[in-house]
Amino acid sequence: MKNTIAQRILDFLKDFPPFDLLSHEELLSISSQVKVLYFEKNDFVFEEKEEVHDFFYVVKDGAIGIYKDSQLVDKCDEGDIFGLRAVVRKDQYLLNARAIEESIIYSISSLALKEIINHNSKFNQFLIESFATNTRNPYSNEQKDTLFTNENFLNPNSTNFTEVQSANFSKNPIVCSKDTSIQEASIIMSNNKVGSIVIIEENKPIGIVTDKDIRNKVATGNIRISENITSIMSFPVITFSPNITVSEAQIGMLKNDISHLCITEDGTTETKLIGILSDHDIIVIHGNNPSVLIKEIKRAKTADELKFIREKAQVLLQNYIEQAIPISFVANIISAINEAITKRIIDLSLLELKSPPTTFSWLAIGSQGRKEQLLLTDQDNALVFDDVEPTNIEEVRTYFLTLAKSINHKLNIVGFEYCPAEMMTSNPKWCLSLTEWKNQFTNWITKPNEDKIMLCTIFFDYDMTYGNKELVSQMSESIFDAISKYEIFLNYLGLNAIKNPPPLSFFRNFLVEDSGEHKDLFDIKARAIMPLVDAARLLILYHKLKDFNNTISRFDKLKEIEPQNKDLFDSCINAFKVFLRFRTQQGLHNNDSGRFIQIQKLSKAERLKLKGSFKAVKDIQELIRVRFKLSQIM
Amino acid sequence: MKWFQRKAYPDFWKNYTDSFKAKQNDLKTTRFVVFDTETTGLNPKVDKILSIGTVAVSNFSIDVADSLECYVIQENFNADTVPIHGILKEGNITKITEEEAIIQFLNHIKNAVLIAHHANFDIQMINEALHRLGLPKLKNKVLDTGVLYKKTKYVNRNNFYSLDELCEIFKITKHDRHTASGDAFLTALIFLKILSLLKRKNSKLQLKHLFTWI
Repeated sequence: MKNTIAQRILDFLKDFPPFDLLSHEELLSISSQVKVLYFEKNDFVFEEKEEVHDFFYVVKDGAIGIYKDSQLVDKCDEGDIFGLRAVVRKDQYLLNARAIEESIIYSISSLALKEIINHNSKFNQFLIESFATNTRNPYSNEQKDTLFTNENFLNPNSTNFTEVQSANFSKNPIVCSKDTSIQEASIIMSNNKVGSIVIIEENKPIGIVTDKDIRNKVATGNIRISENITSIMSFPVITFSPNITVSEAQIGMLKNDISHLCITEDGTTETKLIGILSDHDIIVIHGNNPSVLIKEIKRAKTADELKFIREKAQVLLQNYIEQAIPISFVANIISAINEAITKRIIDLSLLELKSPPTTFSWLAIGSQGRKEQLLLTDQDNALVFDDVEPTNIEEVRTYFLTLAKSINHKLNIVGFEYCPAEMMTSNPKWCLSLTEWKNQFTNWITKPNEDKIMLCTIFFDYDMTYGNKELVSQMSESIFDAISKYEIFLNYLGLNAIKNPPPLSFFRNFLVEDSGEHKDLFDIKARAIMPLVDAARLLILYHKLKDFNNTISRFDKLKEIEPQNKDLFDSCINAFKVFLRFRTQQGLHNNDSGRFIQIQKLSKAERLKLKGSFKAVKDIQELIRVRFKLSQIM
Repeated sequence: MKWFQRKAYPDFWKNYTDSFKAKQNDLKTTRFVVFDTETTGLNPKVDKILSIGTVAVSNFSIDVADSLECYVIQENFNADTVPIHGILKEGNITKITEEEAIIQFLNHIKNAVLIAHHANFDIQMINEALHRLGLPKLKNKVLDTGVLYKKTKYVNRNNFYSLDELCEIFKITKHDRHTASGDAFLTALIFLKILSLLKRKNSKLQLKHLFTWI
């Protein structure tokens, strides 16, 4: 029989998890048993300690606030489920649910739910997941989130890309037994015109020797050619299964800093060797690989050539994102490419001028300094030169400003836009001698105001791209010296770190920018990424740790130092990865900085994922608020 | 002994009238049935019911499971109204006779308080159908959402509000407009919102207040 109303309810529910996991019949059966409720603003749906209703609820229109005592802990809007836990656990409600605005709610009977749980294992899985995440680990995991396994965006079917092609490895690896001498092995390699030989025992790979080993260990005279091959072999070998993809191979090589991978029957060293895959094989497969790009960068003669290479890197980035390759790995590669480009540009610009009057360091600052810049955004950089006689300083500065202008210009050609706030070396304010920098940092730390704190958040995240390491290390020391003499500075930095609280939900106006060019867009940089970056920097400075200039490595270090907060820091790392991936995806998709996100265009699952990650932001801000006693000085 | 009865009515009518032995007084427990009819035209004397859609409201919630949706086989067909309701004479929807539709409707509504928008028209259409079956008129109490809305006194004009206007006012997204069930569902949402407005004005709101000017 036709049921127009149930059909209408089905049409609404079917887009939201977990209802998207149900078959049409299951969903129609649920939809035809729905009760529709209406709540005025401030009406209670249920109250704490109330006996559990026979229903759980889905918000159709409006918004329901979930309150612990009178503190808002979550906000449910269109498509959000609430009151489910009590129904499944059959106990009392632990929280209050109250309408934040007038709302229409669908209530679904627990009997209908039971029916589905018994017949639909995916739905069951969802419930287990959602309870698990609410109780023990309330944070979204970047990669394996079974909640979203039905979502294509995490597992794109991107077979068009060479990256996921099976890597075509050599099927007839050249091998020898462990009793072979170095000389014998070299003759085998030479006869077969190969650069590597695998040492096997019962057909299993136990070690590998490459041209490089022979050059470094034998040709240098350290080891005689009559010795056993095992004396120079690298072991254990890194093994993969035959269905290895190009990107896995690249990651495997980069991660282990090796050029050859062994392919065995099941991917372990315990089964038969069936092939070998070298970095050369991969280069043959396609030219767009990071090591090839870096070689090309080093050979480039003009900024235009570099621009072309950077565009190739962009394609590489896109493939990585689509394959859901770990974002921290992607960030490392892209940062390495950006760094190589900058170095090459500095070399090219230095060639145009006479040699520098004194030593200097070129610093990447902000997100570049943290190696978190995946997309082509503004250039942020600075320069420090060694102290010179006061009478010469302006002359020296003029030299470096000329150099900087040339470098900034070339970076702009490559695609790094000029920084609108002039945070660039060609700005005389950021082209300073070592003593000038030290004085500047001390001034920022001991006489902080809002502008100076903002500058600290940019300039304290620096990474030396080029030049004299000693200058940079002295700069760092001056920061720690000043902070230890003036610790209240950390409280100011703390205030800054919590000034953007995470949004609780995703539909209401206060969450998006409410004026200006980006009206009604969600600012993922200011509201999600920066709070975590700021928190990590603050805590690292608090522990006086040098040389941790990357948000993920900062949290990793913090896990060691504060094991009691390990879970929280882990969740921050996960959340940060989620946000960074999101921003990169958005940026690639819209060909912009990815900073502003149109909420309406996100799927419900994407919204949930972001929402889950905000919990980490909220918790780390709470830790900062307590540790730096910020509620007293706010 | 049958001749003592003035007229012999079929069982379904007896069941229907018997249901009124139970009285409904409490606003919370009263069963309301919101309904709408789609018809071949606007003249109850000539035009016929094409479909009936209902959904019940009790305890301030719409119970989707307690609903009825039926389509009536047509003998005379007015092509002019097809563009409005979209029900063709021969469609692919299962259709029943007018008598069967009335039987199902009476079985479903029982002693509920009936609610409709422009209730007079829909009630007249049902009563004409009952008349064709040789039966008396409906016995149910009736509320009209158009009239009820005026009771909220959030109104600054005295004429009638159309269903579309009320949907605008209450910010209800219109779906399935001009199907009997779709309109019944929209009317039910409006009824919940009106109830809520009336409760806000009078926290001791009772069923009888709905039938009088408060």
